[in-house]
Amino acid sequence: MSLTYIDAIQQAQGRALRENPNVFIYGQDVAEFGGAFKATKGLVENFPDRVINAPISEDAMIGLAVGAAIEGMRPIVEMQFADFSSIAFNQIVNQAATSFYRTGIPIPMVVRLPSGGTPGSGPFHSQSMETLYAHYPGTVVLTPATVNDAYFMLLDGIDCDDPVLFCEHKFLYRWLKAEKLTEERLPIGTARVAREGKHASVATYSAMVHEAVRAAEILSEEDGYEIEIVDLRSVKPLDADTVVASVARTGRFLALGEAYPWGGVTAELCAIVAQECFHLLDAPPRRMNSKDTPVPYHPNLWKSHRPTADRVADALRELIRF
Amino acid sequence: MVPADSTFQKPSSGSPTDAFLAYRFMVLSRVLENRIASLYRAGKIVGGVYLGIGQEALSASVGTLLGKGDVFAPLIRDMAGRLAFGESPLDALRTYLGSRKGPMRGRDGNIHRGRPASGMPAMISHLGGMIAVVNGMLFARRLRGWNDSVGATCIGDGGTSTGAFHEALNQAAIEKLPLVMVVANNRYAYSTSNDRQFACQDLLSRAEGYGIAGHAAQGNSLLSCFETMKHAVAAAREGGGPQLVVANLLRLCGHGEHDDASYVADDDKTSVLNRDCLEVAREEMLAEGRTEADLKAVQSAAREVVDQATAQAQQEPEPDPYADDWRATKSEFQAHPSS
Repeated sequence: MSLTYIDAIQQAQGRALRENPNVFIYGQDVAEFGGAFKATKGLVENFPDRVINAPISEDAMIGLAVGAAIEGMRPIVEMQFADFSSIAFNQIVNQAATSFYRTGIPIPMVVRLPSGGTPGSGPFHSQSMETLYAHYPGTVVLTPATVNDAYFMLLDGIDCDDPVLFCEHKFLYRWLKAEKLTEERLPIGTARVAREGKHASVATYSAMVHEAVRAAEILSEEDGYEIEIVDLRSVKPLDADTVVASVARTGRFLALGEAYPWGGVTAELCAIVAQECFHLLDAPPRRMNSKDTPVPYHPNLWKSHRPTADRVADALRELIRF
Repeated sequence: MVPADSTFQKPSSGSPTDAFLAYRFMVLSRVLENRIASLYRAGKIVGGVYLGIGQEALSASVGTLLGKGDVFAPLIRDMAGRLAFGESPLDALRTYLGSRKGPMRGRDGNIHRGRPASGMPAMISHLGGMIAVVNGMLFARRLRGWNDSVGATCIGDGGTSTGAFHEALNQAAIEKLPLVMVVANNRYAYSTSNDRQFACQDLLSRAEGYGIAGHAAQGNSLLSCFETMKHAVAAAREGGGPQLVVANLLRLCGHGEHDDASYVADDDKTSVLNRDCLEVAREEMLAEGRTEADLKAVQSAAREVVDQATAQAQQEPEPDPYADDWRATKSEFQAHPSS
């Protein structure tokens, strides 16, 4: 019996509710309906007081979570779509993220952000917000790419004393399956080498890990190049050591992300690699993101908007033949 | 689990019935704020100074009527309420003077101070942002089966225009939380007057829209504020859900000490609200049977406390950037130095 990425998220929340009476889930349609994507399906049956429907008030939802966290609870807030967290931006970056620094009171809350694009989801149901939240001191931004990570990193996020933005990718929800959970459980802030190689390194996260793996398979078959892929797992904290070590092995670097191109995680990675690995590089560090337009609706446009395995493979060929 | 340093405890039984308790904090607040204004003019305070002059009757009533196990999220002009709720004058002075020993350790200043573990969250500058936080604190307490805690928070007329105010009041109404939402309509949001702030006749009519109880007070009368707040706090504590209190008053100072308030209309300057609430309260206390000697004793006690706190706060160490732990996270991982 296989387990999907969204099953892992549902099960992690069920376990957290069972094991810790301070955990509660607050979000739109999360109770009887089970959430827009069914990530909280069935949880209300065993925890009727702790799986609670919220009004459509993202600012107030996060504000309430901050207040509950001050009181020592561990709220999980489901944003129906990551895009809508922009309404709560103030409460996340000014209230939650500054609390510990200002007052010494931690805010152990998790904001679940159904992130990233799926065909037809258009400009307001498909955005990747990790860059925005990672910019602010005081946050932790998690971007799991595997079923195992979805499960264990959500549990680790709930245990974390800092506000956590849990960026779960909607494309992976039902597409990604595992036979079962394994024992592999890396700590937050540690990246994973998802594939070993020697001709170039790709650092990426979330759904783009899978595009990168496919690109690596194409290059291995068609060109004989072996690409090393680093799955960052969390973009904040960012495991620069694992990235630098990979670049030291390959001498070439591509930063890959689904978010918009201006600034952001890929820019940060390229800055780190340029600064730390200048003498190790055989080609300039390169980055690839979605196009600098709002996320388009039609699948044809969407496919050309986001990085795909074929285009990642082309970028890697150029990098290797520099 | 409640944090170990929390003063989270059940409210003391019964609520105060005597407005003279609030009067003491009105006086203490005025003396302390005058001192802070002097320190600002002397160049001893960095950043802004925002005073609550003219709003002490309302603010002190709120703080006095809350018990120790309650929640109070003060806003910019709530020195009186803060003191009445239990904040020490030393905390205020330490924060303004940037002492390392203050609750904000020099990391945040002036009105943004708080002690969240003692029921007073530290305000952010974004108006309306504290209301949902109070909702969350009350919500958490109810989840734990503790239902006799009340939370109060204050806002000005300007803050009622924000989305955060609407979202949080609606949220409190849905959850029937014991929230007392106090609106000090001081007629000017910085320089913007009521006619550019809202189009309803009276902010009290908002209560009907949210489906909650509303109460009006005359903001420069201590007796009016105290009696109104007493009813509102009691109704919230008894399960009556959120209570909206609107007090009409006038700010008797600029938005901050840098502002001469030249925009205040002549009509306002001659209105009944332009009478200083401290003067009105003096008359009210005398009419209630207090003597001149009683009032004088309050005044000299306030001076003594403020003198002591000023002396102490000025001697305390400033934060040292080389000794400060700048990390915002307690977690074991550290960000990359360049990121």
